[in-house]
Order: sequence, then C-alpha cells, then structure tokens
Amino acid sequence: MTAELDTFRNETRAWLEANCPAEMRVPMRSEKDACWGGRKFVFQSPAQKQWLDVMGERGWTVPDWPKDYGGGGLSSAETKVLKEEMAAIGARSPLVSFGISMLGPALLKFGNEAQKKKYLRQIALGEIRWCQGYSEPGAGSDLAGLQTKAEAVSPGEEGGDHYLVNGQKVWTSYADEADWIFCLVRTSTESKHGGISFLLFDMESPGVSTKPILLISGNSPFCETFFDDVEVPKDQLVGVENKGWDVAKYLLGHEREMISGMGLGGEKQALGASLGGIADPLLRAAIADFDVDSLAFAAMSEQFIDQLKAGEAHPAMPSMMKYVGTELNKRRHELAMAAGGSEALEWDSDRSKGGKRARDWLRTKGNSIEGGTSEVQLGIVAKHILRLPGA
Amino acid sequence: MMILTDDQRMLQDTVRPFMAGEGAIKAQLRHWRDIGCKDGFGHGLWKQLGELGLTGMLIPESAGGAGLGQVEANLVLEEIGRNLTPSPFLATSVVAVRALQDSPHAGRWFPGIAAGETVVALAVDEGKAHDPAATALEAKRQGNGFLLNGQKQFVIQGGSADLLLIAARTAGAAGETTGVTLFAVPRDAAGIEVENVALADSSKAARLTLSNVAVDADAVIGEVDDGWVRLSRALGAGRAGAASELVGIAAGASEMTFDYLKQRKQFGRLIGEFQALQHRAAYLYGEIEIARAAALKAAQLIDLGDPRAELMTAVAKAKAGKAARLAVQEGVQMHGGIGMTDEHDIGLYMKRQAVLDELFGGPRFHAGEVARLSGY
Repeated sequence: MTAELDTFRNETRAWLEANCPAEMRVPMRSEKDACWGGRKFVFQSPAQKQWLDVMGERGWTVPDWPKDYGGGGLSSAETKVLKEEMAAIGARSPLVSFGISMLGPALLKFGNEAQKKKYLRQIALGEIRWCQGYSEPGAGSDLAGLQTKAEAVSPGEEGGDHYLVNGQKVWTSYADEADWIFCLVRTSTESKHGGISFLLFDMESPGVSTKPILLISGNSPFCETFFDDVEVPKDQLVGVENKGWDVAKYLLGHEREMISGMGLGGEKQALGASLGGIADPLLRAAIADFDVDSLAFAAMSEQFIDQLKAGEAHPAMPSMMKYVGTELNKRRHELAMAAGGSEALEWDSDRSKGGKRARDWLRTKGNSIEGGTSEVQLGIVAKHILRLPGA
Repeated sequence: MMILTDDQRMLQDTVRPFMAGEGAIKAQLRHWRDIGCKDGFGHGLWKQLGELGLTGMLIPESAGGAGLGQVEANLVLEEIGRNLTPSPFLATSVVAVRALQDSPHAGRWFPGIAAGETVVALAVDEGKAHDPAATALEAKRQGNGFLLNGQKQFVIQGGSADLLLIAARTAGAAGETTGVTLFAVPRDAAGIEVENVALADSSKAARLTLSNVAVDADAVIGEVDDGWVRLSRALGAGRAGAASELVGIAAGASEMTFDYLKQRKQFGRLIGEFQALQHRAAYLYGEIEIARAAALKAAQLIDLGDPRAELMTAVAKAKAGKAARLAVQEGVQMHGGIGMTDEHDIGLYMKRQAVLDELFGGPRFHAGEVARLSGY
C-alpha cells in the first residue's frame, strides 16, 4: 500500500513537473487570478487555459470523483498525495468552482445517471460555471421560507412537460458571470420544508435577469436574480419533487466545509510570521493569541477531514467548522489591518494594490453571513450535537 | 491520520470506565481531601494504575514498561481530567519518565514507577511564574560531586516523592539555556527542607529549600551543563499531557453543564431552551473539540520526533488552557447558585483547571512561545 502510494507520488511529481506551467506555480495575486471556467470566462493567460485543460483531461480538477463522470478516480490517500505534490511546487488550483465544491457532491448523491453523466463532466472540465440560487429577500437565515414558485406544466398542455419559474433570488454569487444555476424553488405550499424542489437551469433561459449588488468592499460579487416565466424542462429536477430540502441541506454541508476551509485554507503558518516584526507589544500579544487559536484550528481541520473520510464526522460538524473558520478569518483580517496601521486604509493606490488589504478585510465580514450565519450554525450545533431542548 | 487506532481505542475503552468508577470524584478527590490526606492522592489507586500497566506505559518494554507513546498517555490523562482523579501520573509516569529515560537512573527507578510504588517529582519553577530558562538554583562542584543551594516551588507531588528531579545551574547565568543540569536527588537527602503546600484544588505542591545538599557526580542525569534538551523533553511531555488533562476537565465540566441545561427549569421552561445559553454552549463545545485536536496533534508530533512538536505543544497547552477556563467559568455561571457550593462538583473543576493551567506555563507563556518559535 505504502509502496503503491510512493509510486503514485513519484509519478504525480513527474507529471506535475512536466505539465504545470511555470506561471501557474506562483501565488495568486488576487481573487481575479482564479480560474472559474465557463462559457463567459476570459482566461488571464494561455498558461491558465493550458493548466485547466491538462488537469481537466486527467480528471484532476476533481481527483476523487469517479472516472465515469470526468473525475480522476483517485482514492482519498492518492488525492491527499496529489494535493501535497501540488502544494510542494506552489501549483495553483486549476479551477475554482461552485460546481466542484457544492453542486457536484449533491449530484453524486441525488442526481440520476443521465444528470451525473452530463453535468459532472462539464464541471470537471470547467465548461459550465454554476451559481447558487438559495437566498431570497424574505428567506435568509430562514431559508426554507423561500417563495420562488415553480409550477408544473403537464405534457397535455401547450408546450408542456416543464416547470414555470417565477420569483427572485438574492446574494447569488457571480450570477452575472455564471452559465447555469442550481436553484431552490417552491413546488408546493402544503408544507414549508416539504414543498421545496431542486432545479437546474441555464441562465440564458428567457426570463432570467441579474443585477449586481455593490458591497462595502467596493466589489460586486453578489447579484439579485429575477425569474419571469422561466421554462425549465422537468428532467432538470434533481431528486424527487418536494424533497429538494434534503438536497439543499446536503449541499449546504459541503458549502460550509468549503467556507470553513477558506479561513485558513490549509495554512499552518502563523499570522505573526507573515507580518514580520511587530513593534507594538500589545499587538504582538493579540496576534500570538490569535495564532494559538488559528494553529489549533488547523489541527482540528486536519482531523475533521480525516473523520469525514472515515465516515466518523458528526453530520452537524461542518456547522461548527464553518462557524469557527469564518470567525477566525475575520479576526485574522482585523489583526492584519491593525498591523498595517494607516497604510492599510489606502483604497485606490498602486502602493496598496488597489486597496487589497482593506477590501479583503471588508470581504471577510460576509464569511459569517453567507452559507448560513454564525448564529444559525451555533443553533445547529446546539440542536443536533448538544441536543439542547427546543433548539 | 488524526484518528485513533484500534489499539488506542481499546486503551480508551479500558481507562474510561476505570477512572469513572475507581477514580471518581467522590471515591478519590473528595475522599482524600475530606480526610486531610497529606499526599492528596491515594496510594491504593496508584498501585492499581500500576497493575493496569499505566504507570509504566511510557517506559520502554525492555525496561519493564509498555513502550507506548504520548498519544496513549494523553488518552489516560483526558480521563484523569474528566474525573479530577488525583494521582502522580502526570508528574511521575509522564514527566519523570521522559526526564530519566536513556540515563543510568532509569534502571534504578523505572521498576518502582512501573509497579505504581514510586513517586518522582520534577522541581523546576523558582518564582511564581513558570520560566525554566531562569533556573538559578546553584550546583557548585565540590570534590567528586556537587553542592546544591537554592529554592524551588510549585513542585507537584514534591512532598510525597521518593525522588526529586532538580533543575540546577552549573554554568552561565539565569536566562540562559546552556548551563542547566538535571539532578536526581532522593527527597530525604540531607539539607532538603520540604514544605508541603495544599493548593486551591486540594492537590499538593512542595516548596523546597536546599541548603548545602551534597550529591555525587552520578546524581547528574545526562550531561553536566547540557540538561536543557532533556528538561525540554520532559516539560514537552508534561505540557502535552497537561493539555489533554485540561481537555478532560473541559469535557467533564461541559458535559455536566449541558446536562444541567436540560434539567433546570426557570420561567416555566428548561433553561437550555434559551438561545442566549444555547449559543454559548455551542461555542464552548467547539472550543473543546479544537483543543482536543490540538492536543492530539501535539502528541502525535512528539511521538514522531517531529521538529514541529515544540510549536504544536505550545499551541495545545495554551488552547487547552483557554478552552478549559471557558468551560469551568461557563459551567459555574450556568449552574447558577448551586455552582458556587462546595457540595456541587462543578466548582472542583474550576479549581483543578486553575492549577493545571498554571503548571508548565499558562496560555500567555505559551502564546509567547508560539510567537518566539514562529519568529516574531
């Protein structure tokens, strides 16, 4: 086993050495350097496209998905080796995608064979960029209160056998850049949780429109998304009609894992080390105190991943991880701002790389809101892990 | 892999019910406290731990021990923490064994430790704050041996120890890590005055005054002037172990508290229904899980001889201290008035946490270590 893994490691190292372009081995300067793929994506460089193509072809954009669906078919141990070898040469992730981190796992569990064959391969190759239609103006933390309506139009009716979708979503990340949406809709008003369905549809469908929302960071990563008599073929329903909440919850678990990892993203490096000398003893103490929490959480993250792979993680643990990871990330950026003093407040200058530090700091404030607020996560832990009454 | 092996789970499955039964608060901590025991722990239990093979678990098999590692010792310590079981396990089976191993003294003392008959204590602190590099207790060459003069405090189980392991300065100045030497000195050696001090948690820690204590050259453990690495190894094991004991304290206190939230009624409903308490409980739960993961990671790195062990041990001791402090404070607060009574056990957790938090350096000391080891 170990010998096979060693062989795999050597082969992987050699393949990466031969196939990962030099430009893809330097750290991303900003979020803009990430490769999101999709029909509208403009590659930053030929190297970025080449890296996506070779990795996609090998199934290594989604190394642990089955080969039949465009994945690499790697075991969890092999996947770990691949990640380690990529990290060792500083290789960028070839593809950042909600399809990989959110929709894919849900389709693997709830999708039918035709859906898996079609959509998973597109995700793996970075052909289709997905966005998530969950929150609504009246359904934030109380997500199951969503009102976007999907009425079934039967085959007997004119142009039938589809759903007619009407309503509005909000906080749809990159809706204006996405090709398709996975969307929660209400197919029944009989029951709150039991009247929700999970639909997939093309953002170019007639009746879909988006409007970016300007945030405090000065960026607009989120949109309002409107549906006006959008026709969605019935074979684009995932799972069973009115049972979409199960799919939604499963997907949210993966989203929380992803967000909880973002805070530290496998970083085992102390914040204080990245800031260089810290003259102010009180700030140094605050940063050291943060590093204790952050490095301890890195150990927890490592353990959580091992527990997930072994099937030993409590189903509500992603909520705990998401809560802690996002709160730590906010604290990390607060401290980085403090360390930067007045210079960290520059907004447009070249010196500040267009105000990167301040904009990143403001962006983190959304971490503990998106994907379920910190308060929602604590409620889930209280109910499902601690089993406190009435939670 | 940060998942316990089958063998480690078996050990846990053996130790958990044992400590919850034989090592329970009423059977041990309260019993010895209430009868005014001078040692603060029961020698009967120490002997039983020996029979279970626990007191010598870190001793190599070739020397009559179980040859296990820090991860296994930490599993035992978590159960000790959960039940506030008083015993010399941390001081003797973990710290002293790591200090003595690979030295001629091991052959003399390991059999007694493995049998649960011998108690060994490490004497390192000299002031109210943990600062091993500041060791100033003087060991001056005299004839074929040394003459020891100075004082030590916060020597856990020092009053009941058969053997004292004393960090002394043979060269250099206080603050320097070179010039520190470890000595193995029987507690009844002439010139050692022992003041047995009861601490807040009713455990015992000694203050030692050494006046012209003459020892032979072979009392030195390891090399003269070069005891720092050995002392650090022992302290590292002690800190990682204390981290797990603190996790056990946090787990015991929080489980007691979460149960109380499900029983206590006010305003006509269970207080656990109040979101103000639910969120604090959930936050506390997370902090304890993180502390446990950090302690496991530190123990694994120690067992691997990984150079990152020192950093992770500092992280673990600090994090476990913080998590356990939160657990006992929330524990007493959420219990309300009953939490302030001696009759209820939750307050015992608070007192034990405070002592263990201070032992081998508290969260601030170790946050400082994290900064130092990370280069800032």
